[in-house]
Amino acid sequence: MTPGTRRAVGFALTSLTGLAAFIIIAMLAIILFNVVENGAGGVTWTFLSQPPSDGMMGGGIFPAIFGTAALTLLMTVAVMPVGVLTAVYLHEYAPPHSLFARIVRVAVVNLAGVPSIVFGLFGLGFFILFVGQGMDRALGHEEMYWAQPGILWASLTLAVLTLPVVIVSTEEALRAVPMDHRTASLALGATQSQTLGRVVLPGALPGILTGAVLAISRGAGEVAPILFTGAAYFLPDLPSHLNSQFMHLGYHTYVMATQSPDVEATRPLLYSTVLVLLLLTFALNLVAVIIRTRTRRKAAGAH
Amino acid sequence: MSLNPNAPRPKMEARELTLRYGTKAAIQKVSLAILDRRVTALIGPSGCGKSTFLRALNRMNDLIPGANHTGTILLDDMDIHDRSVDVVDLRRRVGMVFQKSNPFPKSIFENVAYGLRVGGMKDKAALEQRVEKSLRGAALWDEVKDRLHESALGLSGGQQQRLCIARAMAVEPQVLLMDEPASALDPIATAKIEELIHELKATYTIAIVTHNMQQAARVSDRTAFFYMGELVECGATEQIFTNPREKRTEDYVTGKFG
Repeated sequence: MTPGTRRAVGFALTSLTGLAAFIIIAMLAIILFNVVENGAGGVTWTFLSQPPSDGMMGGGIFPAIFGTAALTLLMTVAVMPVGVLTAVYLHEYAPPHSLFARIVRVAVVNLAGVPSIVFGLFGLGFFILFVGQGMDRALGHEEMYWAQPGILWASLTLAVLTLPVVIVSTEEALRAVPMDHRTASLALGATQSQTLGRVVLPGALPGILTGAVLAISRGAGEVAPILFTGAAYFLPDLPSHLNSQFMHLGYHTYVMATQSPDVEATRPLLYSTVLVLLLLTFALNLVAVIIRTRTRRKAAGAH
Repeated sequence: MSLNPNAPRPKMEARELTLRYGTKAAIQKVSLAILDRRVTALIGPSGCGKSTFLRALNRMNDLIPGANHTGTILLDDMDIHDRSVDVVDLRRRVGMVFQKSNPFPKSIFENVAYGLRVGGMKDKAALEQRVEKSLRGAALWDEVKDRLHESALGLSGGQQQRLCIARAMAVEPQVLLMDEPASALDPIATAKIEELIHELKATYTIAIVTHNMQQAARVSDRTAFFYMGELVECGATEQIFTNPREKRTEDYVTGKFG
């Protein structure tokens, strides 16, 4: 290769990769700009604090905000222990070359590849019809209590969906804890569980919280898994029980975009709803990032 | 030394110890005594099995999948592989300092207190007292007494390694195993560690792996030369360095190979 062609190839590659990176930023910027431009005006206190009215062509979206937050919170509570424990088993306890661990890993990868609508059907079939009906029968409910869509089943379905994210990032975080720290702890006469609790998990905490961030931002935006498992079309009341149905920002967006009798009238509301959904996701991310930075600094021991 | 009526007894003793990783033998039929309150240096070229031997003494090799052994290791006449022996207990009696200083990302105080806390010590005054004693013992107290609650990672490399020694001493083991404790340190920090080893041998039985021949000659009472997984020769350090019985030992200590 002559220096001339070498330089040309170098230039071409730099431009190509740079262009790809630029497209990413441009897409995000266009989406944000469009949403903010059309939606910011509609985000008022009334909009945030009132239920929808006038056949969803007026009022606000408070039940949807509340539903989304409650759903995501329940999902996090469900997914974190299971995900973290699974990752701890895989990385700390499973014997090397363990067949069982390998099967679990393959299952995790495949779980991550399942389309989200399939999770929705799975949630309906497994949680509502199988577990829910079983519970109703076992607890002697005459009417359907658990065997109907509700926020608990929706959040568990979302938890299954986000489980791979948590497992993979927790395992990553455990891998990042230096082997040296484990050996040092064991050499000081700590048991394996003490080593896990006092050295490994604290060291992995920032990474585990990163997993939580990823799971939350993934879970908060998903609509398909909650379609059949608990999201309601229109429900001015807030969910009060674990089996209550709920409104959801993502689903609300979908409903307004596709089911509105008057597209022009709903459009400003639609934009504002999308903006709120984006802000909520960003806010959740921001909170988790702050927690993560704090713990990382604390883990490093600097005050 | 044999003329001494108070001739030290073996604190630890390996008998016909063979250690394999899978099927590959790392050390073959090694019989070696680590004398009580003496410094024993383990020397030899890379891959000769000296570190493996050291790690066998507090069963750190248990952590390596596929490692297995034949032969026995005694600590005060107790077989350390006996089923009645709790490995956690063994490691509290046989402490270890590693090649690379590996303080936890915690404060200086918490690093030293770690072994005590996992051992169940909760009393704050007792913890403070033991931490101070250990840091003094490791000649680090004066340098860190005003910043005990700052991160251990802010210390220099030499200070970190002395912190690791203090951390190992805090649980009051009887034997200290040191795996090239000064290999990553500059000469001044190394001199401090060596000085410390001199002081520690009044209280502790020490086994130290080193690549540095001068260091072995300076700090140890006895020297064991390993080569290709075998113990070639073991004797008083002076004898090993001035009048070795084996040709291979002489070649190694005079720098003809290794």
